[in-house]
Amino acid sequence: MNGTHPWLQTWWDWRAAGNFIAGGSGSGLLLITAVAGLLVGPVAWLTLLSLILVTAGLSLVWLELGRPWRFLHVFFNPHTSWMTREAIVAMPLLILGLTGVLTARLGLVWAAATVGMVFLYCQGRMLIAAKGIPVWRTPRIMGLILTTGIAEGCGLYLLLAPWLAPDALTATFPLVSILLLVFIAGRFFAWRSYRSGLQGNAPTAALEVLHRSSPAFIVIGHILPALAILSGLLFPGILLISGLVAGVTAASAGWFIKNVIITRAAFNQGYAIEHAPARGGGHAGPGTKPGWD
Amino acid sequence: MSRWAMVADLNRCVGCQTCTAACKHTNATAPGVQWRKVLDLEVGEYPDVSRVFVPVGCQHCAEPPCMHVCPTTATRQREDGVVTIDYDLCIGCGYCIVACPYQARFKVMKPTQAYEQSRMPQEWKQEQPERYGVAQKCTFCSDRIDYGLANDLTPGLDPEATPACVNSCIADALVFGDIDEVDSNVSQLLAENQYFRMHEELETEPGFYYLWNSKPPEEEPDPGCTQ
Repeated sequence: MNGTHPWLQTWWDWRAAGNFIAGGSGSGLLLITAVAGLLVGPVAWLTLLSLILVTAGLSLVWLELGRPWRFLHVFFNPHTSWMTREAIVAMPLLILGLTGVLTARLGLVWAAATVGMVFLYCQGRMLIAAKGIPVWRTPRIMGLILTTGIAEGCGLYLLLAPWLAPDALTATFPLVSILLLVFIAGRFFAWRSYRSGLQGNAPTAALEVLHRSSPAFIVIGHILPALAILSGLLFPGILLISGLVAGVTAASAGWFIKNVIITRAAFNQGYAIEHAPARGGGHAGPGTKPGWD
Repeated sequence: MSRWAMVADLNRCVGCQTCTAACKHTNATAPGVQWRKVLDLEVGEYPDVSRVFVPVGCQHCAEPPCMHVCPTTATRQREDGVVTIDYDLCIGCGYCIVACPYQARFKVMKPTQAYEQSRMPQEWKQEQPERYGVAQKCTFCSDRIDYGLANDLTPGLDPEATPACVNSCIADALVFGDIDEVDSNVSQLLAENQYFRMHEELETEPGFYYLWNSKPPEEEPDPGCTQ
């Protein structure tokens, strides 16, 4: 029945996934650097890295455009398009963040981080507005996008702070570790809510992909980092190494699941008929929705 | 104001794909691109199984998700309900393609040809470079509609003003007309038959109606019943 069952969309590929991965991690990291800044002042290199990530994500989208040199047209529809809104929000995010780094003013970093959360919200709304892809359009994806973005930001902070912000390490590591614990817990519940909301509301093939990916996501993205963080908090001597482990696992699991959702579980709606026709002397009957249970 | 709509009578469609061919011929779509096509569905379970042929394509929704997500305003809706794409504005981001629950949109990045060895003469003649790298879909043959209206013709009745797929249908399964006009061909069909619209739960309000049975005769009022 090829052509009647939902099939995997390929128009948004790894480049689109890259935008959700880098943009989400970047805005999450920006928030965490702002929080850490409350304790030690602006954490310049990590703030800069978060801006680079957001820019990299948008650049990946640019690579996907069929007519890349018309990219300025993306700003034309702020009335209804979340893609336009994402692009618009990215401007003050980058300007405020860069100015905050250059002037070492924490207030500007906080302003950028606040805009960064709006940016992350826009990314969630972009997916919800994609009505053709059942695993994207569920409103429950918003919780997942927000929690995983911030969890990835915490993870990147723990992973990179020893090199990019060694002076801030002692003061900020415990706080960020606890924040990571909070947000991976939130992500776990968001993931469960997301998946339960999709039951009966997505093609069978899409649900199977999510089902197969779930154990790895939960173990690598939640159980391992939680154990690592708890170990580090109980035994401060290993806090650094436990932070590294928690950072790598929490962030990479977020990237993994976003890649799965964008590129592997993104089966389209397919077709359906509510009723089968009578056709001649026959009888009308129930319809069909191929590829859905 | 008119609101153009398509009616597909599932009792009549035989799945011949003449509409598919007529659309490709008229609109010179690239290989693999089908603005109009007919699904061949298998319905029921053995031994009570039947085949149903379902014409699909852009549904020209009243609430088109493709238009709402479009960041460039390339996708618009005319006052008569026809959803259009401005190829000069479109950046080919593909957002409309993933937003359409009817899989009606396409993007072709570079010239393609039916046969590997060389392009056929008509492929050279009908090349549409403005369509490369941008979204494309069924237009309801809006150029024919506009031509007809400018020449006192009636879309849906006069072939010159009617979408090519409708003109070509060998079974009269596809009917096009103004749904806002009470006496129009499509309004009458909808009044006389039971119909559904695809994925209506998604609240896109499609402009494509599928007839699946005639309406049962209205029951005579019970003479003994008084109000």
